[in-house]
Formats: sequence, structure tokens, C-alpha cells
Amino acid sequence: MWKFIKPRQSNLLAWQVGLLVAIFVLWHVATKPGLIPPIVFENDQQAAFFFGEPLKIFGRVWAWFVTNADIYQHLWVTLLETVLAFGIGTGLGLGCGLWLALSPMAAAICDPYIKALNSMPRVILAPIFAVWFGLGIASKVALGVTLVFFIVFFNVYQGVKEVSPVVLANARMLGASQKQLLRHVYLPSATSWVFSSLHTSVGLAFVGAVVGEYLGSSRGVGYLILQAEGSFDINTVMAGILVLTVFALALDAGVGKLEKRLMKWQPKSGETEKL
Amino acid sequence: MTAPALQLDNVACTFVSKDDPSQRYTAVREVALTVGAGEFVSVVGPTGCGKSTLLNVAAGLLQPSTGSVKVFGEPLVGINARAGYMFQSESLMPWRTALQNVMAGLEFRGVTDAREQAEEWLKRVGLGGFGNRYPHQLSGGMRKRVSLAQTLVLDPDIILMDEPFSALDIQTRQLMENEVLALWSAKKKAVLFITHDLDEAIAMSDRVVCLSAGPGARPIGEFAIDLPRPRDVAEVRVMPRFVELHQAIWSVLRDEVLKGYQQQLAA
Repeated sequence: MWKFIKPRQSNLLAWQVGLLVAIFVLWHVATKPGLIPPIVFENDQQAAFFFGEPLKIFGRVWAWFVTNADIYQHLWVTLLETVLAFGIGTGLGLGCGLWLALSPMAAAICDPYIKALNSMPRVILAPIFAVWFGLGIASKVALGVTLVFFIVFFNVYQGVKEVSPVVLANARMLGASQKQLLRHVYLPSATSWVFSSLHTSVGLAFVGAVVGEYLGSSRGVGYLILQAEGSFDINTVMAGILVLTVFALALDAGVGKLEKRLMKWQPKSGETEKL
Repeated sequence: MTAPALQLDNVACTFVSKDDPSQRYTAVREVALTVGAGEFVSVVGPTGCGKSTLLNVAAGLLQPSTGSVKVFGEPLVGINARAGYMFQSESLMPWRTALQNVMAGLEFRGVTDAREQAEEWLKRVGLGGFGNRYPHQLSGGMRKRVSLAQTLVLDPDIILMDEPFSALDIQTRQLMENEVLALWSAKKKAVLFITHDLDEAIAMSDRVVCLSAGPGARPIGEFAIDLPRPRDVAEVRVMPRFVELHQAIWSVLRDEVLKGYQQQLAA
């Protein structure tokens, strides 16, 4: 019997799904009022109150997506904020990173300020952005941008600094102008660094959006969670977290796909020197 | 009499340490070197004697501390646009396929039929079917051939080569050497070839220049190679004249090689 279900490469997915199901079953058994006698809490309602019940959570998700179909506008807002923050942050980081890496004097002047800005806990800016940009999506995008910018900036800066001097000299000998060097050498070299940070930065753009919504908004998944929390509706909070998690996973998978497409020139382990 | 393709006059290169300006290192000094149009000149010398420095000066990548560089009679300013440079280490852009790498120079110059020319050159170096491979998918020898095509597709008047085949195994190396010789004799470009391999230098060149051991390396001997052409690098090595030349050059070079070796041991 064990021989058939022993974990191996071929039934990996079954094991992964099984683990998920097991967690939910355990969660259900531990929280469902009246199913087992209370162990930690004084009565059998409290576990459900603090941790929610999986069945109700799924019911909530089902209602959001199917019966009421009212989550789409919130999801859309959160997605828009994430994508905008990601795009603007990446663009700014790329531009500033290239500029500072290629003009050492400017980099030397800005250095202490960049360090200061980077070490500042930037989530604290969220209330200020709310004052500046209102409670619409702009303040969330701004927060996301400050989070994404530095990740991309430092990676681009590093990427440009680490361009192989031989490749650079070769491109110059082949007649590349300063502009062509930027376009054909610095940028592709920096891109590989940007991509290595893309998973982190898309996650942070998402964090910026949700935290921004959570601090004050009228739409978005963060707003839904905030509303539910206000009325101690733990099942809806959990449902919101569940949706956000799945959503983040999907974004991450999207980035992975894009990376695979754009970075196919990079050697993967095991296929270097393949003929 | 036309001006020589490349003329280095009294060139010296001194490097100053960035952290400590009192730390100076003179790589080469008093270098006078001429490469005529269509001439194949090799520079040999002990390891670490500044051969690559010399080539970088000729390419315009490095400003000499003193002395002048003339290209076809004109003083060199900035990058030497009439030269193609084949580097010792990996110089292909890893994000471009073999074909795109060969195309790069033409693309930078805005040539319209870049793709056709690049494809033709890839075929000429025997990589016709490998155009869409990325450098990491090619073997070391193939990458060198892509580099060769990348340099030669621009049809430079001067070809600078910095130990281009030192990383290759002996068979691939002889094939590549013969290929370079065939291409050179078809087009008759000026070649400045840097190597630490005396056999290679004699087998390929019209003239061999010996450098002394660094620091402050300078030319200490010049030998005209009067072996008949066309040559096959493997066959030419067994000719009596080859052996004579080898002995003559080696007698000049040997002390310098030992000196260079001692210095490295002492350091």
C-alpha cells in the first residue's frame, strides 16, 4: 500500500493537493462548533469566532465570485493599483538606476539620500499619500511605487556596474555609440538583474495596494477586509486573505512566465554548453 | 609609399593605483611598433608583460601615458574605428543569439542588409546552422568562431587579436589558425596578433616582435618570418627553416621568460 502512495516525482501534485485538503479538514474539525469538545476555549463557539470556519469561508468566496458576483470591481481596483505601481516603480527604478550608474558624480551626490530613503519604513508614508492623493487609487499606487522603486533601482544600479568590461569594450570596438551601448549592452545586462528581483517587486506592489486600501479606501480587496474586520466577521476576513493569496500566486506565475520568455538567453543549470 | 596601417611611436603606459597614487606600475615603455598594410605581425613575450595593454592602446580603448599612435598616418583619437578587435576572453553579448551577435556591428552602423551579411559570415566560419543559438548553448570553439565572424563581418582594415585561441584545445586551435590565415590571405588586412605561443606566432606571421619581461616591457627583437605562403600551421612546424627561426627567437626570449617567471615567484 505504502509503495503506491510513497511521495515521488510522479505523485508530487497529489501530495501537494492532499496537504492543502488536510489543512482545511483539520481547520474544519477544530473550529466547527459542536463537532469536538472544546479543548483550548471555554465554549465551542470561540474557536469559530477567532479562526473562522472553512465551509463558511468557501461560501463567502462562492458568493463573491458567483452568486453575488460583487468582488470583481474590488479585485479590478486592487489589480489596477498593483499593475500601475509595479509599472511606474519599475520604470522609474530602471531610469534612475541607469542614470546614476552611468554618472558617478550624480551617484556620489545622491548616495546618502538614497540610503536614507531606502532605510526609512516607507509604509509610514501611506497616510501622507492619502492626504496628497486622496482616497482613490492614486495614493495606493504611490505607496506601491515607493516600495517597488528601490528594489528595481538597486538591482539596475548593480546590473550596470557588473556589465562585463570585455563585452562593453567589444561593443565599443564594434562601433556602438553611447546611446547604442545603453540600449544594447547596459539595458539587457541590467534587465537580468531586474528580473531576478521581479518576483519580490510584484509582491511589494501588491502589498502597497492592499496596505493602502486597508488604511483608507472605498474599494478594493483591502477595503473588503477592513469592512469585515470592523464587524468581527472573521469568515469574510479569512475569505479576503484567501482570495489575495491566490491572486498573488497568479501574479507570481505570470511574472515567472514572462521571465521565462524574455530571459531565454540565460543558461539554466544543466544545459550550459549544450550543443 | 603609403602610410603604415598602425604605427606606435615611443608609447609608454603607466597605471596609477586608485587607492594609493604613489603606487605606479609601468606596463610598457619605449614601444615603437609598426604594422604595414596587409602585414601579419605577432607580438610574443613572457606572461604579464603588457601585450594586451599594447593592443588596447592600438584599439584606442586605452590612452597611452606618452607617445603617439597613428592609424594610416592619422593620429588616433578615441576608438580606432578602422580596427576590429578579437578579445582573449568571452566578449559575445550573452543576450544575443550567434546571428544577432555577428549582426551587432552592422546594426550599430545602420547597415540595411545586416542579416544577410551576418548569415554569410556565419556560414563562412562553419556555423550556418547555429545562428539562433545563444552563446551559452555553443562550445568554446564555436563562440570563438562567432567572435571571429563578428569582428570580420565589419571588414576592418586592421585586425587586432589578443591570444584569441589560447583557451582552445590544440586541434580546434589549428583549425581556427588555418581559417584565420585563409581569411587573411584572401583579404590581406593588417593584423596585430598577440600570443604567448611562439609556435603559433611563427607559423602565422610575416614578422614576430619580442617583448621583454615587465614591468616596463619594451620590444627587444624583431624577426622577419620568410616561410613560404600559403602555410598550413601544422605542416609548417616541421620545416627546417621554422626550427631555425624558433631557435633564434627563443634564444632572445628565453632569458626574458625566466626573468618574468622569477618576478612572479618573488611577488
